[in-house]
Amino acid sequence: MKKTYKIDVDCANCANLMEEAAKGTPGVQDAVVSFMTLKMKVTFEDGADEAAVMAEVLKNCKKAEPDCEIYL
Amino acid sequence: MNKKQKTLLLRIIVAAVLFVPVYLISEGIVDVRLPRWVLFALFLVPYLTVGYDILRKAALGVKNKKVFDECFLMTVATVGAIALGEYGEGVAVMLLYQIGELFQSVAVGKSRRSISALMDIRPDYANREADDGSLEKVDPDEVEVGTVIVVQPGERVPIDGIVVEGSSALDTAALTGESRPSAVGVDDTVLSGSINLSGVLKVRTTAAFEESTASKILDLVENAAARKSKSETFISKFARIYTPIVCYGALALAVLPPLVLLITGADMTGVWRDWLLRACTFLVISCPCAVVISVPLSFFGGLGGASSRGILIKGSNYLETLAGITTVAFDKTGTITKGNFEVTAVHQNTMDEAELLELSALAECHSSHPISLSLLRAYGKAPDRSRVTDVEEISGHGVTATVDGRSVAVGNDRLMNRLGVAFNPCPHVGTILHVAVDGTYAGHIVIRDQLKDHAREAMAALQRMGVKRTVMLTGDRREVAADVAKEVGITDYRAELLPQDKVAAVEELLRDAKGLAFVGDGINDAPVLSRADIGIAMGALGSDAAIEAADVVLMDDDPVKIAQAMGISRKCIRIVKENIVFALGVKAVCLILSALGLANMWLAIGADVGVMILAVLNAIRCLFVKNI
Repeated sequence: MKKTYKIDVDCANCANLMEEAAKGTPGVQDAVVSFMTLKMKVTFEDGADEAAVMAEVLKNCKKAEPDCEIYL
Repeated sequence: MNKKQKTLLLRIIVAAVLFVPVYLISEGIVDVRLPRWVLFALFLVPYLTVGYDILRKAALGVKNKKVFDECFLMTVATVGAIALGEYGEGVAVMLLYQIGELFQSVAVGKSRRSISALMDIRPDYANREADDGSLEKVDPDEVEVGTVIVVQPGERVPIDGIVVEGSSALDTAALTGESRPSAVGVDDTVLSGSINLSGVLKVRTTAAFEESTASKILDLVENAAARKSKSETFISKFARIYTPIVCYGALALAVLPPLVLLITGADMTGVWRDWLLRACTFLVISCPCAVVISVPLSFFGGLGGASSRGILIKGSNYLETLAGITTVAFDKTGTITKGNFEVTAVHQNTMDEAELLELSALAECHSSHPISLSLLRAYGKAPDRSRVTDVEEISGHGVTATVDGRSVAVGNDRLMNRLGVAFNPCPHVGTILHVAVDGTYAGHIVIRDQLKDHAREAMAALQRMGVKRTVMLTGDRREVAADVAKEVGITDYRAELLPQDKVAAVEELLRDAKGLAFVGDGINDAPVLSRADIGIAMGALGSDAAIEAADVVLMDDDPVKIAQAMGISRKCIRIVKENIVFALGVKAVCLILSALGLANMWLAIGADVGVMILAVLNAIRCLFVKNI
């Protein structure tokens, strides 16, 4: 299951940090953040609850980069 | 500028206005004597105005155990400088850092927008005709396949379809990069994303919205940025380890040399302060933003620039591969030749010319192969399909069928050999279709394909790009292949290949070529496209399989675009390398200077912001691909 989310972040390095944070979230198999298109593409693990996982992803991203936003 | 950027700009202006007079006073340029604490307070105001969010982020970073980002570097450096009494430098660094951030944010936003504008082919609505003839605007997602939609002049075709009424000129520049409008009429296919220029068109849709060309292209382009190139991955890894190393380096710089001096018993006045200041300068210089921002920006610009020329590249990693191509293999039909076959001669053996042509046209009338179509064109009449039964297409050989109760076989030498029919070789250059009727040889038909207009030019352009070897792969006869190769200037060819042989041929080429691109028209060559280092599908509009399998999709069928795609990639990669070398080089020099105490904070921040601005401006050049 793959889904793309619009994000907002200020710098390229911050986008990398978000990617790392999203990847490390349980339930996320893979995540790719493109700073240029301001999009986050998340591949969920099988059977993962998207909404719950994304809430967790957002929390982790905020920790890594306080100024970021994911439009869920 | 968005709201965030405007706020930052305002903060920078306010802080600058507050900062300059205080700085002039503190440097003694304006002769006003102020107590030190007043000066400190006066400096603190612009410092906090311009830098409070950086301080906050740094604090949050420490709290979340994610130190070592740029904010942390800047905070430590500026707080350090201020604590050491260098008020002016501390504030100036923060101010200039923020100016750099603002510049970067605006530049990136601007290029993001201009690239999106290039690729903005998303149709907003479709006009569906209601029963009473009035038009209703609906979401293209809701339009079912087979619905008749109306496209008015000036509107974008929302969904792929076939014209059922009306005629017009279409602007397909957004799809193909070709600026000349193309004329369409009843029964012509129109692709979503093109703009209707003149007449009203009624179109019966042949695909759902998300399966339409425009959606596919948008999807492809948007996902392209997600496939990161080696350089991008390298840079983000680099930033991850680099920042901590620099921080520890700065710490070592602040502590070790003074300790050594202390042990050796040298005069310690001002030594601690001196080395601490050097460490702060070191931190300011080390900020990695110039590379971190400019590398992805370059790739994004390259992808955007290429797509504005009708060249869709599926990811930054392919830009890298494309730049290093040394061998290009082509499928002949559809890439070098038009796939527009013409019957040039009919050599009969036993029956008369018209009958031979009729029988073979009928035998092939169920096939959509370009050769079959050319036979039907030469036949000139609508084929009576009821006369044909038992059609069998043998891939790489030809067709057998029963026509009017007689068994007819139409195909190449291989088919005749397979059927055990003796045939006459033909001296004419061209594709030879042998015809056997009821097991005896009836004669042959010579068919020739036309070269594409730019085929020669394309090969010359590739040679100029430094492509050493061009190889043509074809199922066609050796004579035809040799003839075509000579005419367009291809260095090498492999003829008489069955479809599966092409994969083998590409694998063989892969063994001794560094960087092999395969160019096909997307029909039947998906396996080869994915086997080569880079699969390029050309004229691929509307061919789903090709868009899936290829790494680079040329929207129109001009072979010159291959060299252009390489040119764009090379330019992009060159810019990336320039930026990496330039930024890291300048940083390395400044780091050494600061460690030796030869660089002050002004030089440090100047180098940091200056390098970043130059790198971003250089990266934006990737967008400009007009002259490639």
